[in-house]
Amino acid sequence: MSVATHEAPAEPAAKPGNTKRGLERRPGLGRWLPYLLLAPAVLLELLIHIIPMLVGIWMSFVKLTKFYIANWSAAPWAGLGNYKVAVDFDNAIGEGLLKSFGVTVAFSLITVALSWVLGMAAAVALQPPFRGRSFVRTLFLVPYALPAYAGILTWNFMLQRDTGIVNHILVDNLGLSTDRPFWLIGSNALISLITVATWKLWTFAFLTLMAGLQSIPRDLYEAASVDGAGNLRQWRNITLPSLRPVNLVLVLVLFLWTFSDFNTPYVLFGTAQPPAGDLITFHIYNASFLTWNFGTGAAMSVLLLIFLMIVTGIYLLVTGRRSRRA
Amino acid sequence: MRETKGFKIYRAAVLAVLGLFVLIPLYVMATSSLKPLRDVQGPFTWWPSNLTLTPFVDMWKTVPLGRYFVNSTIVSVVATVFSVAIAILAAFAVSRFRFRGRTVFSTTVLSTQMFPGVLFLLPLFLIFVNINNSTGLQLVGTRIGLIITYLTFSLPFSIWMLAGYFDSIPRELDEAAMVDGCGPMGALGRVVLPAARPGVIAVAIYSFMTAWGEVLFASVMTTEANRTLSVGLRQYSTQTNIYWNQIMAAALIVSVPVVIGFLLAQRHFVAGVTSGAVK
Repeated sequence: MSVATHEAPAEPAAKPGNTKRGLERRPGLGRWLPYLLLAPAVLLELLIHIIPMLVGIWMSFVKLTKFYIANWSAAPWAGLGNYKVAVDFDNAIGEGLLKSFGVTVAFSLITVALSWVLGMAAAVALQPPFRGRSFVRTLFLVPYALPAYAGILTWNFMLQRDTGIVNHILVDNLGLSTDRPFWLIGSNALISLITVATWKLWTFAFLTLMAGLQSIPRDLYEAASVDGAGNLRQWRNITLPSLRPVNLVLVLVLFLWTFSDFNTPYVLFGTAQPPAGDLITFHIYNASFLTWNFGTGAAMSVLLLIFLMIVTGIYLLVTGRRSRRA
Repeated sequence: MRETKGFKIYRAAVLAVLGLFVLIPLYVMATSSLKPLRDVQGPFTWWPSNLTLTPFVDMWKTVPLGRYFVNSTIVSVVATVFSVAIAILAAFAVSRFRFRGRTVFSTTVLSTQMFPGVLFLLPLFLIFVNINNSTGLQLVGTRIGLIITYLTFSLPFSIWMLAGYFDSIPRELDEAAMVDGCGPMGALGRVVLPAARPGVIAVAIYSFMTAWGEVLFASVMTTEANRTLSVGLRQYSTQTNIYWNQIMAAALIVSVPVVIGFLLAQRHFVAGVTSGAVK
């Protein structure tokens, strides 16, 4: 833990009777105590996460339509039927899922890239101390601290065609267009989604990268300066390689978050979600709760999970191999 | 990094662009909340035609905002208290004991944090409905269902962060307390917890923020009786007139407590959130 490690003294010199395993030496209760301490956490995780996930996998194999929601044990077995419906790209349900998947891929890749670039730009700009630095840092944290829906609602207002500030600036102030574009319906919806999601997410990239920058020893930069390396080269040769472990985790986390983003489309579009902004979590949600066909929804969720696991696996494999070679 | 002229220009440009990007929405939120209704129904204006506080008064009447506020507060506070207490116990076990299943527990708990919520939304909803049918315990449409759900959302991260904090507290301190006659729990209460106070505060704020801002489960598990702010604010747009000034006022009011809490504990929090990646 970077926050506290500096407070921790070095390993204690071997004092008599002061072993690391002191707590466990107590007879009786001591052996069971850790399990007792974990029990509430384990029970709750089981109830809210693990069991529902297993149930979700089971649900994806039964015909769980609205007739069986209150009496799920009577739902007939569907085999792979739900999956066949979900990936049959010739019918409406499968086609919708495929389109939503495509939109989500584009949305996540662009949002993660933008968030990373902005976070990096700001972290580097704030690297050397200057007056007002901590104020700027605090200001940049506000989008992260704000409840997600409050920020997104504000963007919803800003993106209104006739009363929003975005069109006011673009059309009235800058004169970039003669007619006022729609931002929340039609094909611009994806741009809106990316903007709003980036507004919230880049701050997290900034936070993480800034903490990462602090751990780079300053003499590395001084030595490079003596050798005549300019700022850009220092960034490429020192900053980027030093941040590599941070970046690996950061990009993965950002990707997993954006790929399953629900808040942004839900609060931004409400029930009138445009096809261009149909992110996958929102799509599954609608597919399940509009038709109350939980079986197909569960199959889609499982497919999403499998996809994310494969991507994560490949990502870890590729980056891990490259690390070993380096 | 040398502060060359080029770097200073770069810094000024980055601060200007990102400063505007961050500030404009906050500015819109703040000024629009002080506008009369006609200002937000016509083309956008940078400044209210006349400053008014009526949106802050009317917002409580347009939708039952007070009830949403009470619901959100109760749900978030109770979920936070339980989440922090449970996380402290679990983190103490992970940090101070070597026991069978320790690694399995840590990795399983952390990986649940990474799964998309929609994955357990449907089954959890169904489980709650069926628990209700078989035992009469109502979990959908009640605060208790939300509390149980939310407290698990912050649990993995809280356990992980607190365990890190506890690790940094020298074990001799616990042992000194135990020599003085405390049991392990006494050592936790009298030595470890006081020393880990910043971590506990940061985790509490994180838990509160998680519960206060949650949308997905709230949209399914709340009915009018237990509706929280995250979905309650959407009720404004179901009115025949969309009162954007009131919506902005409400968004401002619901943000203030969390933003202040977050900024106060910023230092501990930021260090905690980012330490995993840095380490």
